[in-house]
Amino acid sequence: MIRRLLSVLHARNLEFVRDRATLAFTLVLPVMLVIGMSFVFGGPPRPLFKVGVLAPQIDPASQPFLREKYVEFVATPQLEAALRRLSHQQLDLLVDLKPPVRYWVNTDSPKGYIAEKLLRADVPEAQRQPVTGQAVRYVDWLFPGILGMNLMFSCLFGVGYVVLRYRKSGFLKRLHATPLKAFEFLGAQVLSRLLIILTVTTILYVGIGTIIGFHSAGSVPLLFLLTVAGSLSMIALGLTIAARFSSEELVGGVLNFLTWPMMLLSGIWFSLEDSPRWVQWVAHVFPLTHLLDGARAIMIDGAGFAQVVPNLVYLLATALFFLAFGAWSFRWRID
Amino acid sequence: MLHARGRRRHAKPVSIARLSTAILEVKDLVKRYPATLAVDGVSFHVPEGMCFGLLGPNGAGKTTTIEIMEGILPASSGEVRYRGEPLGARFREEAGILFQKTALQDFLTVRQSIALFRGLYASGLSVDEVLRLCALEKLAGRDSRKLSGGQQQRLLLAIALVNDPRVLFLDEPTTGLDPQARRNFWDLVQSIKSRNKTIILTTHYMEEAELLCDEVAIMDRGRIVTQGAPQQLLRQHFAEVLLELPRQDFPSSARELPLNLLEASDRIEISTRDLEGTLRALLGAHVPLHNLRIRPANLEDLFLELTGKELRP
Repeated sequence: MIRRLLSVLHARNLEFVRDRATLAFTLVLPVMLVIGMSFVFGGPPRPLFKVGVLAPQIDPASQPFLREKYVEFVATPQLEAALRRLSHQQLDLLVDLKPPVRYWVNTDSPKGYIAEKLLRADVPEAQRQPVTGQAVRYVDWLFPGILGMNLMFSCLFGVGYVVLRYRKSGFLKRLHATPLKAFEFLGAQVLSRLLIILTVTTILYVGIGTIIGFHSAGSVPLLFLLTVAGSLSMIALGLTIAARFSSEELVGGVLNFLTWPMMLLSGIWFSLEDSPRWVQWVAHVFPLTHLLDGARAIMIDGAGFAQVVPNLVYLLATALFFLAFGAWSFRWRID
Repeated sequence: MLHARGRRRHAKPVSIARLSTAILEVKDLVKRYPATLAVDGVSFHVPEGMCFGLLGPNGAGKTTTIEIMEGILPASSGEVRYRGEPLGARFREEAGILFQKTALQDFLTVRQSIALFRGLYASGLSVDEVLRLCALEKLAGRDSRKLSGGQQQRLLLAIALVNDPRVLFLDEPTTGLDPQARRNFWDLVQSIKSRNKTIILTTHYMEEAELLCDEVAIMDRGRIVTQGAPQQLLRQHFAEVLLELPRQDFPSSARELPLNLLEASDRIEISTRDLEGTLRALLGAHVPLHNLRIRPANLEDLFLELTGKELRP
């Protein structure tokens, strides 16, 4: 069995490496992402501090503090929402300029400390209201999402279309005439794509991480394990979709049907914490949500193995389920 | 030897001892599609070491029959037994298959394509042996997509031989090849046959069947219409010689003559034991004889006789 699996794995790897156009695209895509991220998050200096003001509008003439340079003032009329942003370091300071002047500062934030000094210089009587939280840049929060999105597309489309092409060309039918079993063939495809995914994701992690100055708060081996589990789950999902269909249009449609909700609901671009409960429930059906939740917990919060076990279990269980279902429903030939 | 270009001979009858064991048995095979009955109760057995031909026009049911025998298609009813057992793991290990159409994995060389399939079997020939057997040594490093039609078929045959199969299925292996490539392929098959392999061949080339097959079954509309050794079948059905005339040379008045006529699309064939008498009758009916051709009957004539249709691709 291992010998047959290795034969197919070796041949698939050769095919991938020699398909120069696809290989170039696969390698160029992460480089393009790295360059894109460097443009988005590099460039000219931005305001040093972002201060939320508890008011519907901001009038700089009303208070000297609002005329400070290198400070971006943001109107945040809702106290609860503003405090959440402060705790996630999306604001450095929150002020309520109505007398008596009050302010909230995240004591774990270095920028909050400086912003507080500026405020106290202009408004000495301001009363401090402490808030705790860890410093998280948006780019740090987005980084796992970018990695996860690239991983999702590569897993679903990279595997689904390859199997479909094999079936349409009759190559699968020829393999069916040998002792090769469906799960051996599928296992080889999973391992081949996993190698590609891990290589590309490592390039992205190192490349983008270096550009934006990101360092994982948690264990990198644990992050690697989670990435393996997430990749397995999504590769197996791609194989399941391609297991029996013979139409590119149908497979393309089904893959789009899956990837777009995952793009929107798995938390690649923004957090779904404020979304309705049913949206969160739907989001947690997707493997990508579990991958991103786990990755952010490790990378941002420094979570350990025990904290990401639920994510790991879900990803591995779905990988096994999709692979078993794919093997069961697999068709070697066009009916 | 594979590379021999000597005079070809028709298939030799195989010895009774070799034929005593049926390696494949087909019993009451039926394959029904929603709108078609593709195979309609076919039964036969193939002794070990024999080259068995399934002949018939397109749509006769021969590819469906062979794909059921290969275990690729399920039968609606009936069964196929290999060495006395239903098709299973042993059959998969011991069968070599060349489909009518097969694509290989992209970007692999000839050697790598063979190595891929060799890795799928527990035992068999080495890649170098297979390359040598199919005269592919010089093409071993070439991308398999850049082979000519004949070279491609040799590669597919090489892949079918990697497990040193006891039974080899060849489904219309020379369709689409030029005459020279076809003859080269026949040399290869004869060489494999000499290694005591059982071969199941489907073809609509009668020359191919007469050259390679020890026994043929002629199929039409999903049924076997006759079966036996090619020369034996011809002796059974044709004690006569055949006279061929272009259709335009055969006036309608000549149809009144007491002759045994067979009509093909472009010609009239007359089957007769009395050659001189037939020629006299044709001359008497003012039939022009300058395009007349006299020849012994072949399998194509047999098919025409049995089904009233021409055996054409």
